[in-house]
Amino acid sequence: MTVDATLLLQLVVNGLIVGALYGVVAMCFVLIYKASQVVNFAQGEFMLIGAWACWWLLVKFQLPFFASFLITLAFMMAFGLILQVIVLKPLIGEPIISVIMVTIGLSIFFQALMKWMFGVSAQPFPPIFATPDVNLLGLQVKTVYVMSTMISIGIMGGFAWFFKYSRMGLAMRATAFDQQVAQSLGISVRQVFALAWGISAMVSALAGVVVGVVNGVSPALSFFGIKVFPAVILGGLDSIVGAVVGGVVIGLLENLAHYADSQWLRWGNLYEIAPFYALILILMIRPNGLFGTKDIERV
Amino acid sequence: MAATIALRPCGDFKTSYGSDQTVFPTRLSLAFCVAGVLALCLAPMFLGKYGLSLLVQMGYLGIAALGLNILVGFTGQISIGHAVFFGFGAFSSAFISNKLNVPVFFAIPLAGLATTAVGLLFGVPAARLKGLYLAIATLAAQFILQDFFARAGWFTGGVAGSPAKSFSVFGHEISGDQHYFYVVLAYVVVMYLAATNLMRTRDGRALVAIRDHYLSAEMMGINLTKYRTLSFGIAAFYAGIGGALYAHYLGFVSIEGFDILFSIQFLAMVIIGGLGSIMGSLMGTAFMVMLPEAMSGLAKMLSGSAIDRLLSLKEGIVFLREMTIGAVIVLFLIFEPDGLAHRWRRIRAYWKLYPFSH
Repeated sequence: MTVDATLLLQLVVNGLIVGALYGVVAMCFVLIYKASQVVNFAQGEFMLIGAWACWWLLVKFQLPFFASFLITLAFMMAFGLILQVIVLKPLIGEPIISVIMVTIGLSIFFQALMKWMFGVSAQPFPPIFATPDVNLLGLQVKTVYVMSTMISIGIMGGFAWFFKYSRMGLAMRATAFDQQVAQSLGISVRQVFALAWGISAMVSALAGVVVGVVNGVSPALSFFGIKVFPAVILGGLDSIVGAVVGGVVIGLLENLAHYADSQWLRWGNLYEIAPFYALILILMIRPNGLFGTKDIERV
Repeated sequence: MAATIALRPCGDFKTSYGSDQTVFPTRLSLAFCVAGVLALCLAPMFLGKYGLSLLVQMGYLGIAALGLNILVGFTGQISIGHAVFFGFGAFSSAFISNKLNVPVFFAIPLAGLATTAVGLLFGVPAARLKGLYLAIATLAAQFILQDFFARAGWFTGGVAGSPAKSFSVFGHEISGDQHYFYVVLAYVVVMYLAATNLMRTRDGRALVAIRDHYLSAEMMGINLTKYRTLSFGIAAFYAGIGGALYAHYLGFVSIEGFDILFSIQFLAMVIIGGLGSIMGSLMGTAFMVMLPEAMSGLAKMLSGSAIDRLLSLKEGIVFLREMTIGAVIVLFLIFEPDGLAHRWRRIRAYWKLYPFSH
């Protein structure tokens, strides 16, 4: 029963990095849920499409990283907008389970499309940073990890600014609060819905590119979209702050489960499954999560 | 009386609850149903091994799909983990007949009950909440049970999989597609009749009431928790029976294949067939079973042509199939949310009033 301190520290750092990314994707998920009450099962596919698009521009067209990154973001913004207008707008007013099933359909459609276009094996990104490692407080950390964490924190800050100060962000919050009142104040609810999807797709793609740079792009990326559920349920389905906290906690939990597994339990695969056990537990104890509003009626 | 049967009114002019709730509105529809089942009884004589295997597939998948339809279409809850319950039924039937030496005849219903118990384990916390939460809980069930299959060697045989005995009645072994077909057919008839009748009872109508407006349903004295849980249990039971039939048909259950894609296929069957339609479940299943056949037929037809070279259909056919499943779900929900069953009713209504349809 000895504690391997280095491994534990390594895993905690890992958990924080991955958790920050879960937090970003969970935030995008919550953004869509708050704005348009749609539970999006295709969030992971947004990441996947973004990562592949960026990889494709980099490898096939030999564009510099920054250019292909920006093109990818613009493309994903347009993609999210178009998806909302074509597929989800006709479903406004339909029962919630129809909308859920449509996003499930979209998810499997795009997943298969990506597999068909780019194959099923993981493809590494060309190296972006000159130095692979940096020394941080005496720990050797990969540059990409530092970048990923910084980008995650940057996105979170950006979201905070967007919702607190920008006109569109305020309009979105107003719509989420009460659609009819928002509409009567001159906010175009239609635009808000479309924009929520656009932003969500764009930011998810950003996270997708980051994961791609770190681990390479593969269909497994879309599993992030499923790992988001434990995170958002823990944080509360309609809380942006909750999504971030939930993401970090789930990332940590995953890695601590991995530690417990490799040191004591030796069950194998606990890493992947632990978040789902946590999910069931949260649903039993506190289904509205840590920060969610309590309008969920228990029957 | 003969005239009233020949000339049916063109709208809903039912005068009693009895006539509204009847299973067969006319004698002719009863006759068609019986004739259909009889025609299927003769099918093994005419169909080859391949055609018969497709029919058997439609049978056991159709039973599981009906369970999902009771949950999704009639109660308005959603499950994204139906395939693992199907798998659990398959493994438990194999386990009960192999390890506990129960004849397969009894093992199949027992497997259904075992699956119900496991389903309730996941369903009870979530069925108390709105449909959305059940979706997420079943998502968790999907991954937890899939992991359990790989882990529990004593139950599933682990990576090696588990053999399943062939079906036997009182010591007479029933093997081969030709004979097993009748077993599946019998189960399909019994399970579909049971579901039809369930929907006519108070319990069944309570489920529909919950779907349509849960608040009103509660005010009418329907216990929401009880009925949502019940509906989830029934869905798991049907999945378990379907899975058990699948196990004894193949004679072997592998831990692979009960993944989330399979669960989504079940959802697709229900959506395509028609949410809230019993026969629709069977139509949707037939559609999904025939889809890969049609796809490979199409690929064969196009092989060598320009389209084939451009898209490399041969390697892409698996993905193309998944894409079609996804696209079909989306398109049906947008353009035909009531599914094939609705289309079928429309066609029938058109011909019923043929010269004056409009």
